Amino acid sequence: MYKILKKEYLNPTVVRMEILAPEVSRRAEAGQFVILRADSDGERIPLTVADYDREKGSVTIIFQVVGASTEVLRHLEEGDCLSDFAGPLGKKTETEGRKCVAVVGGGVGSAIAYPVAKKFFSQGTHVDAIIGFRNRDLVILEDEFRKASTELHLMTDDGSYGEHGLVTAALEKLIESGREYDEVVAIGPLPMMKFVSLLTKKYNIKTVVSMNPIMIDGTGMCGCCRLTVGGETKFACVDGPEFDGHLVDFDEAIRRSRMYSDFESEKREETCNLFKKEVE
Amino acid sequence: MANMAPKKNEMPQQKPEIRCKNFEEVALGYTEEQAIDEAKRCLNCKTRPCVHGCPVAVQIPEFIAKVAEGDFEGAYQIISETNSLPAVCGRVCPQESQCESKCVRGIKGEPVGIGRLERFVADYHMKNKTEHPKAPELNGHKVAVIGAGPSGLSCAGSLAARGYKVTIFEALHVPGGVLSYGIPEFRLPGEVVAAEIDELRALGVEIKTNIIIGKTMMIDELFEEGYEAVFIGSGAGLPKFMKIPGENLNNVYSANEFLTRINLMGAYKEGSRTPLVHAKHTVVVGGGNVAMDAARSAKRTGADVTLVYRRTEKELPARKEEVEHALEEGIKFEFLTSPISINGDGKVESITCQRMELSAPDESGRARPVVIEGSEFDMECDCVIMAIGTSPNPLIASATDGLDTQKWGGIVADEVGKTSRDMVWAGGDAVTGAATVILAMGAGKTAAEEIDRAIMGK
Repeated sequence: MYKILKKEYLNPTVVRMEILAPEVSRRAEAGQFVILRADSDGERIPLTVADYDREKGSVTIIFQVVGASTEVLRHLEEGDCLSDFAGPLGKKTETEGRKCVAVVGGGVGSAIAYPVAKKFFSQGTHVDAIIGFRNRDLVILEDEFRKASTELHLMTDDGSYGEHGLVTAALEKLIESGREYDEVVAIGPLPMMKFVSLLTKKYNIKTVVSMNPIMIDGTGMCGCCRLTVGGETKFACVDGPEFDGHLVDFDEAIRRSRMYSDFESEKREETCNLFKKEVE
Repeated sequence: MANMAPKKNEMPQQKPEIRCKNFEEVALGYTEEQAIDEAKRCLNCKTRPCVHGCPVAVQIPEFIAKVAEGDFEGAYQIISETNSLPAVCGRVCPQESQCESKCVRGIKGEPVGIGRLERFVADYHMKNKTEHPKAPELNGHKVAVIGAGPSGLSCAGSLAARGYKVTIFEALHVPGGVLSYGIPEFRLPGEVVAAEIDELRALGVEIKTNIIIGKTMMIDELFEEGYEAVFIGSGAGLPKFMKIPGENLNNVYSANEFLTRINLMGAYKEGSRTPLVHAKHTVVVGGGNVAMDAARSAKRTGADVTLVYRRTEKELPARKEEVEHALEEGIKFEFLTSPISINGDGKVESITCQRMELSAPDESGRARPVVIEGSEFDMECDCVIMAIGTSPNPLIASATDGLDTQKWGGIVADEVGKTSRDMVWAGGDAVTGAATVILAMGAGKTAAEEIDRAIMGK
């Protein structure tokens, strides 16, 4: 069993949890993920490592409540335990030798972009962090990013906080201003990663995206997380989760990510109602 | 006096029209009377050909003699001396190509129902046992086993019986490997697997779940932690695809994914949180046991099911009984048929196949399917399951220095499981590629004997 050491809401639907899992924490690196099950009949859900503390033996996850399983997860409190927590899985982010990068985060994807920014920044890389949210209420990790970047550009779609506009606009402005990036790392909703990749392709800047498809085992066994990269089928769990953004077939990935969306929202509602009943 | 009936006692089973709507076990097992009657068909041959057909050398005539006497627990003790998972083997072994293929009674009539008797004995034991086996005294040596599937469990059981402290490291959240995620409930109930694993735990075997060797921990670290030998039984979990257009459309599954959703995650159960496509017409591609399992599972979720296989019924690699059961349950078979594309706008709408014919047998003795030009045709369907095989998972080999692998991914090991790394053995599908539960168990057992010899000889 894996104890929840700390839990906090970053915004109304995004939760940060620090989990005691010394075996996972020992080798966890930015870019990798874990598979967890909240309870004994829960789904196996993949979540990217948001942070880790090797001394404490903990791994931090940040998740948005989207389906039944994350709904169950958010109802667990500090001191409660998760049934299962396995990892670290997938490949770590390559950061070596990069002198100047942009780390682009969208929505809850910023949570995954954060450890990447932190790793680059701590090795002395110039980091422009560009994080975007729909509005002020949804902003997460502003302070953390400020400490892990050379420049922070906080964007909101409606202009209610930070700069008004999309992350692609901010990125393009920086590129046009003469920034010479070795690499752009984009992590967020699939359409955002798609448009960042289209933009950087125009400027011929190497771009890494982190894919988070539907997964079961996370070890290459089910093939559920397959995607097309440069015309070849890859498994996000073992070949990724990071891939060359210029080669990923985003439209296919978007379609595959929606395979169960009706089921998920239905199940989430059911689960919500169950919790409401418990409260009554 | 031997029972000279030419046929086996029939296995009581759920009727096809009922069972194709539920996930409960198809075969219901012999009664005591049926078991004794079947046991009396054994001639107790001096040469024991059946034992030579068994990869774990179960003392078959001896255990059957006990059954004939009505001493079922005695029979269990004999089986469990060499077989760590008798209730599993009695259900899923391809007896027709192993022990029963060598049975003298099979020359004129049907062989003795060895598998059915093994299952009866194991089930009898589980139901009537009063206590778990006692753990033997520890000999002070530690061995690590990677993977809690058939080969790992068999290796661990053999070593634990010899007094070794064995720890199994399992990547998933439950032990059993393919017995848990792959083989469906109606063929091998989860509680049967769990009960046999509990017996191993009672022998002192420790199982650590959620540990992925090669990711969470490395093999070298196992040695640092004091394990003197390592057995790798990580299986062949990597699904193969055909690399045809449309394979990444929504509602195309690998058999592994489809079966994992159903078996491991319980997606067939009312109220399950794991989603599953409930199709009208599912096409399963392949002809092995996994293809049969996928087809019969899809049927049970309400789909009409067509299985396409590029050779003929004669070449189907699946166990005979599985094919018969599938046919009885209304699975349609399209033989000499191979898919060339899966079509649809985002989601599967149809599959295009072509007809094949068999060439003269090649060196391996197997006839090769050859395309009949211009024979393409479309079949409407809303789900496709690819069950064309799996290959060994590269996770461990790629993370372990000095562990040699074949080009196709299998770990290089000699006939007793010794790998290119000192004190590291491997067996089962991780070495051979996808094969059967019992061959994997045989490899685990052989490696256990070798590990014992190596540690004791130090």
